[in-house]
Amino acid sequence: MLKDITIGQFFPGNSLIHRLDSRFKIIMDIAYVVMLFTASNYLGLVAVGLFMILLYIMSGVGLRLVLKSLRPIMPLIAITCILNLFFIRGSGEPLLNIGGVIMIYPEGITTSIFMAVRIMFLIIGMSLLTYTTSPIELTDAIERLLSPLKKLHFPVHELAMMMTIALRFIPTLIEETDKIMSAQKARGANLDTGGLMKKAKALIPVMIPLFVSAFKRANELALAMECRCYRGGEGRTRMKQLHSGLKDYIALAVMALFFAELILLNIYIPYLGIPYMVP
Amino acid sequence: MGDIIKAENIIFEYPVLDEDGNEVSRTRVLDDVSLCVPEGQFLAVLGHNGSGKSTLAKHFNGILLPMSGSVTVDGMDTKDESRIYDIRQTVGMVFQNPDNQIVATIVEEDAAFALENLGVEPKEIRRRVDEALKTVDMYEYREHSPHQLSGGQKQRVAIAGIIAMRPRCIVMDEPTAMLDPKGRKEIMKTIKLLNREHGITVVLITHYMEEAAQADRVVVIDKGKILLDDVPKKIFSQVELLRSVGLDVPQTIELMYELKKSGLDVPDDLLYEEECAEYLFDMLTADVGDKK
Repeated sequence: MLKDITIGQFFPGNSLIHRLDSRFKIIMDIAYVVMLFTASNYLGLVAVGLFMILLYIMSGVGLRLVLKSLRPIMPLIAITCILNLFFIRGSGEPLLNIGGVIMIYPEGITTSIFMAVRIMFLIIGMSLLTYTTSPIELTDAIERLLSPLKKLHFPVHELAMMMTIALRFIPTLIEETDKIMSAQKARGANLDTGGLMKKAKALIPVMIPLFVSAFKRANELALAMECRCYRGGEGRTRMKQLHSGLKDYIALAVMALFFAELILLNIYIPYLGIPYMVP
Repeated sequence: MGDIIKAENIIFEYPVLDEDGNEVSRTRVLDDVSLCVPEGQFLAVLGHNGSGKSTLAKHFNGILLPMSGSVTVDGMDTKDESRIYDIRQTVGMVFQNPDNQIVATIVEEDAAFALENLGVEPKEIRRRVDEALKTVDMYEYREHSPHQLSGGQKQRVAIAGIIAMRPRCIVMDEPTAMLDPKGRKEIMKTIKLLNREHGITVVLITHYMEEAAQADRVVVIDKGKILLDDVPKKIFSQVELLRSVGLDVPQTIELMYELKKSGLDVPDDLLYEEECAEYLFDMLTADVGDKK
């Protein structure tokens, strides 16, 4: 069950998207999110969707992965849809009226569809970043992008180091959790049945050994890092340097153009015949 | 050749605390230990659990400081904080659990970690990382993630991370204790290669007799004191003494010991399998010859 998590996974490849400078990719990913929230009508949303599909085709990441990344957020989408469906009040007659309490308006339906699509696009688009960028490049890029904050004594290097170590130990700790669970099951622990509370309680004998071992590991890792002369970010160099080239600037320019087009769409075709505007 | 590590009369104690955190007594882990390691030597330190061998190892690169006495690494006192990174660069250290000493998510990034800390130029890092990974025969795995590797492979990556610093000495604290027999063999091969081909001084802390037998010199530690210090042959011929401090002897020595005890006139220092087998073969064929 723990092995199904795809968020944050990296799928190596050699496409143009893979080769883009990770700093630019992060910036473009943020721009993508902003863009998604700028699109205020279906046409804009469809445009963003097409742009995203184009990027996925370029990256060579398979459709199955895309669907897999959506699975964990399905409940969130469902809740958003239901809330929008029941709580959006339109100007005309409600489609459904049960005693004046539950009222569904056409606006409610369009808004919930719009929101669902927007969240899906958000997750799919953001996943592309982690699918095509190795964790090392990602933490490196974050460290570099945040480096101006060093002047404000924000621990940028420490943050990046923590992310690297966390990523490094996720598989190790997952493996360990599986082992502990098996060991507890062998001792007669019942981890799979019962209500939510019972299940949560059953996890305590799994969590305690896991925490003890994690602290032990942390201690040993700190010792090993000290033996390898670790002394924080001061005076540190990196083996792999991030290189930005023409392709990165072109990619950024394409993104900017697309953004501009989207804003124009918003201004000139605010409705496109669909009676909808984001509140 | 000079001594790379020189430990003089070191004493180390752990405080024993009661439940409220007050010190009740002290446990002496190292009791007046003096030990010199000449450059280029392959030294094995033997001792059973709790004998103080790991504590001793941690003194060799300034992880622990002696309470009295001194440790000098290539002329630098480990108490001298300004030289601590020079000391750690001279004496690298490999630990028992490979999982807990790999920092990065990619093999070559991990091998580069120490050099990045030392602020080496990126191009030079690349060169030395490739070289180190080739030395431990892990170059083809350079872009793998550590959790895809076997225990022996992970431990070799950890060794690569140390030798990339180009240390003159490597201290290994039971590097094979968590490995399967195959991984253990890989590591022993790597250790011997580093010592013989690259001239790196090796201090191997272990409780496997077969590993200690391959060293140039063996030091046996018991209750925080050095009990024996000699070449492997001389050490392992003292079967009773070793057993009395909870240590085993290699199978070859044990066989000879038992043969001798049952009345046969055999030497007691045939440590290596080949010489032992050869001797037995000669003895048996001579026996057959006599009868004819």
